[in-house]
Amino acid sequence: MAKPIIANIPDSPPIDQVGVEERAARLSSRSIKKSSKVSALKLALSMIDLTTLEGSDTPGKVRQLCYKAAHLHDVFPGLPTVGAVCVYPNYVRIAKKELEGSGINVAAVATAFPSGNSTLQVKLDDTKYAVDEGADEIDMVISRGKFLAGEYNFVYDEIAAIKEACGKAHLKVILETGELSTYDNVRKASDIAMYAGGDFIKTSTGKISPAATLPVTLVMLEAIRDYYYKTGKMVGMKPAGGIRTAKQSLQYLVTLRETLGQAWMNNHWFRFGASSLANDILMQLVKEQTGVYQSLDYFSKD
Amino acid sequence: MAKTKSTTTRATRTTAETPQVVAQPEANGQDKPGRLGVQKTYKLYIGGQFPRTESGRYYRLTSADGKLAANICRGSRKDFRNAVVAARSAFHGWSGRSHANRGQILYRIGEMLEGRKAQFVEELVQLGSTREQAENEVFAAIDRCIHYAGWCDKYQQIFSAVNPVASSHFNFSVLEPMGVVSAFAPEETGLLGLVSAILPAIAGGNTIVILASESRPTSAISFAEVVNSSDVPGGVVNILTGLRSELKGHFSTHMDVNAMIYCGNDPALSKELQINSVENIKRLRIWDHQDWSSSEAQSPYKILDLQETKTTWHPVGI
Repeated sequence: MAKPIIANIPDSPPIDQVGVEERAARLSSRSIKKSSKVSALKLALSMIDLTTLEGSDTPGKVRQLCYKAAHLHDVFPGLPTVGAVCVYPNYVRIAKKELEGSGINVAAVATAFPSGNSTLQVKLDDTKYAVDEGADEIDMVISRGKFLAGEYNFVYDEIAAIKEACGKAHLKVILETGELSTYDNVRKASDIAMYAGGDFIKTSTGKISPAATLPVTLVMLEAIRDYYYKTGKMVGMKPAGGIRTAKQSLQYLVTLRETLGQAWMNNHWFRFGASSLANDILMQLVKEQTGVYQSLDYFSKD
Repeated sequence: MAKTKSTTTRATRTTAETPQVVAQPEANGQDKPGRLGVQKTYKLYIGGQFPRTESGRYYRLTSADGKLAANICRGSRKDFRNAVVAARSAFHGWSGRSHANRGQILYRIGEMLEGRKAQFVEELVQLGSTREQAENEVFAAIDRCIHYAGWCDKYQQIFSAVNPVASSHFNFSVLEPMGVVSAFAPEETGLLGLVSAILPAIAGGNTIVILASESRPTSAISFAEVVNSSDVPGGVVNILTGLRSELKGHFSTHMDVNAMIYCGNDPALSKELQINSVENIKRLRIWDHQDWSSSEAQSPYKILDLQETKTTWHPVGI
């Protein structure tokens, strides 16, 4: 079978499944305690893209989420704000207004999220609409059907076109790894997304299970590292979906630190797509401060 | 690092267990000569599973004749934390069940216990009860299951009320379960005391995390097996073994625990638990029965102890 060729992209290396899973398991067994734990948890908080992507979203819910983003837990001094708030394009204007002056970005999902099944023109319009409404970041989905059919050039061109439509907004490319079946595919899709101009690569929409897992994230981080070695350009990473506990977030940070190093350890280059994670981290921080295990009853719902 | 530690613990445990194998045939007196008995590992019961303690620690339990009866998990604060998470997530489903269904399930616990009574008698005898005492304790525990099974769909009628008010409102008070309950089981009775603390809590729709008697923990874990095979959803009953002195702080301060039962009469401990419970205005109930087989130790008021009253004002005639 002839290999499909994509312009300007070197061949992706095959991924050793057993090796990746073992490495991820080992990285997640690290014990991080006391002051290192507190600073890691604060860092993780600042990396959260607080997300609401439900059919039942309302302007009121988006406003509430924006308030939460800027006021995570006011009785606890010295907390960072989250990195961004992530909403559907029609709520971008509301979110933008609510977050004015807070330094928190507004991210919008676009391109026929979450399935990505539509024409290029619709996707471009979707993207331009979100950007015009004021979105600082665009989370796009790739066409998984085309990717799995081997039409890599189609996927590449589509990402490049959306990137152009984004203008100044940062582009995050969602691979939806839960639908890509193999680590080899994840690696291939990561390479395509980066070479096509994505500023971030992101694991999942959060609508498909499995969403983000540590091994998948490791594969993507290694793709980012190889891309950086080849081109000198840094690309960001965003695992999303299924990250609910503070402990998980620490495992991701360890993996990030070990794979890409200190330069990526901030919210310009790493984000968590999550909603319930913020409260779990807050509970852990208050536990560290008071020594008493906490209850969700005492933290605002977003 | 962590891996090395647990390996060492496991190695120590194996050495500690060696004499136990020899003691086994005498322990239950039923084995054929020459047959090597199979010892049970007593583990924790959290969220419908039987995990070992995450800390890898244990304490030695000696039987009445001074021999090693079992190595018992020395549960840690993290085991307790995990158990509370399990109890919290089970609460919604359990409290939402119909009262009659909860009654059926409690009755089922009684049935299962009845079928395994011989085992419970042996375990109590091993730890120093006479055969007669042990049998009485097991029978009382089974009867207590039936007692509370019956109350499940009746306590609400007895304790609820339609209240006379001066305004034109239909005013009524009903009971709702408090949520997650933590408990210290009585020290002196391994099975009956534990059962007497668990049943009123779950009969009323609460979920519970209970610390078994330190000196008589084996029947608690065997009771967990009974619970596990009685249609009780995982997480409704969680049973830990370990040291009270180590866990008392977390049992009484945890913000996600709504009520605590202390079965005992140590004034210093009572006071400490009361002070700690203030943290989230946890309701603390002290059940200091000397004799857990007495009729005072079972009562619908024990169910009431772990309920909140909700009063509704409903406008009428407007």
